[in-house]
Amino acid sequence: MDTEMDQIYQIDVGNLLAFNPNHRFSSAPSSREELVKECVTEGTKLVQAIADTLFNFPSTESVDGPLVQLPPPTTKLPREKHLPRPKPPTKWEEFALKKGIQKRKKDKIVYDETTDKFKRRHGYDRVNDDNDIPIIEAKASDEPGEDPFAKRLDDKKKRVDKQQKNRLQNLKSAAKAGALPSHVQLAASALPITGTKAQPKKLGKEELGDVAGLAATSTASGGKFDKKLPGEKPPKKQGKHHKYLPVVPRYGWVDEEKEQTNKVLGKLLSKHSHEILNVGKAINMYNDKKEKKKSGRSDKLKPKKDITKKKPYANKAK
Amino acid sequence: MMEIRTPKTHKAKRVLEKRAPKLVENGKRTLILHGTKTSATLSSVLMELYRLKKGGAIKYSRRNENIRPFESGGETSLEFFSQKTDCSIFAYGSHTKKRPDNLVLGRMYDHHVYDLIEVGIENFKSLLSFSYDKKIAPHEGSKPFICFTGEGFENVPELKQLKEVLTDLFRGEVVDNLNLTGLDRAYICSAVSPTKVFLTHCAIKLKKSGTIVPRIELVEVGPSMDLVIRRNRLPNEGLRKEAMKSSKDKPKKKVKNVDQDDVLGKRGRIFIPEQEVGKTPLPDKSKGVKRERREGKLKKKNKEEGSASKKHKKSE
Repeated sequence: MDTEMDQIYQIDVGNLLAFNPNHRFSSAPSSREELVKECVTEGTKLVQAIADTLFNFPSTESVDGPLVQLPPPTTKLPREKHLPRPKPPTKWEEFALKKGIQKRKKDKIVYDETTDKFKRRHGYDRVNDDNDIPIIEAKASDEPGEDPFAKRLDDKKKRVDKQQKNRLQNLKSAAKAGALPSHVQLAASALPITGTKAQPKKLGKEELGDVAGLAATSTASGGKFDKKLPGEKPPKKQGKHHKYLPVVPRYGWVDEEKEQTNKVLGKLLSKHSHEILNVGKAINMYNDKKEKKKSGRSDKLKPKKDITKKKPYANKAK
Repeated sequence: MMEIRTPKTHKAKRVLEKRAPKLVENGKRTLILHGTKTSATLSSVLMELYRLKKGGAIKYSRRNENIRPFESGGETSLEFFSQKTDCSIFAYGSHTKKRPDNLVLGRMYDHHVYDLIEVGIENFKSLLSFSYDKKIAPHEGSKPFICFTGEGFENVPELKQLKEVLTDLFRGEVVDNLNLTGLDRAYICSAVSPTKVFLTHCAIKLKKSGTIVPRIELVEVGPSMDLVIRRNRLPNEGLRKEAMKSSKDKPKKKVKNVDQDDVLGKRGRIFIPEQEVGKTPLPDKSKGVKRERREGKLKKKNKEEGSASKKHKKSE
């Protein structure tokens, strides 16, 4: 060890960091243990140097042991995230600044003049609650058929919607400046179909499961023999849905089954039955059938027989 | 169509606020993962690094095939993980024939890769192979001493970067108050040659000396390894300047026209501009004028009527 070496170490107490820039390791490698020993002894010296400054700080006694106030670290290390950006003032803040309006702190308890009590400003049993107004006096400017209570509710709804819109605009301009508050996220919701204002309704989990069952009702057997995918829910009402009315009616109740058949008969045999039966169509169908028979062609799909051709072996039988 | 999404629970809100960019930041967390193939030494290195940094590190156990830190497209997975786990340092281990026992240490700025340094691990000794008195074993999460020895750390740019990365990795949280009884570990890094660094982890034994300052004795407990510098990537200047910016860089603006007096206290000076009486813009009172005129008219009318009625009365 060269004692003439400059023994000044670079110490950063805030990080508990020490650096010795002057030590030279021998380029000819001695054995591994020697090297390790050398490193550890050098390290010990550095730690001792830090501890010298550290233990000489004024310490306060606490439950766990002596507490020492560390100075801020001197080595500059890169940040992990950008510095927080200043957020642009909102529309109201700009207006207030221009007009010189100061913010005033509102009290939680306010004096109510109608009942001489102190009531809270927001919440249960509050001052100036909209629902508590028993009578609204009619003004000269009111229309005769208008409901003032409904009008008040409507006005409030409009005000709330306007406020929501303004809030969205403020957040958008903050997001543009890169200063969106940490707990808020702006997300693009579903795009509306062109021409309509309504947004497509998203099917919920249960509704998606029922879709296959709905489609099955359009089959002749009510979806009984359809190939089912793994994990598909069984449909709510399987098979064909028939409602069979009771043959023997309940005491005091109308005979529903009899009514059903009577209804059908009545329609057929009524004097207006010709209105039900399409006479023209029936005549046409009858005439078509007759013509087909005449021409001897019973089925369009059967090949037409050629009667001029002679059959071979027609007169074989002798 | 935009909609505003806010967290519905207080816990979610607190998590989001913790991860937001702040003036004074939280300690950097480390993400430890490995690539397609790892050797026995490398997997134990990663495991022990995780143990050393318990509480401020996250270890992924699955292999990640599409991470190639030094290639332009191979960082997307890393950045995604960094975003999800809020980790700004990562240690990626891989083992190939060309680069055996390879460890890439990297840092992130705003969840994008800031700088990288690749080291090869040689002569690794696991912490299980060290035998020592269990009483002096360092506790989890204690703030360590970090010591660098060797002129290489000053002269060689790669070693300079490695020094910075190792400081960032081992530092933990920046604290104001330190409990002196809780100092029990030290990391010793020695630049043995311009390309090789010997890293070891020691426990601290405090021995009585005559003064308040105890005598320090180091006992090797933890993993020790040789780090051989392979590749590195420095951050580009603009990004480095931005990352190194801190809120205390700008000196506080001196408030003008205010001075402190011991006798009179805080005194301020007000300058009043010259009043040009003829040129000051008068407030727009047109509405008020109308009303005043109207009222004036009414008053006159009443006066006249009053006087007229009086006249009548008089005459009667």
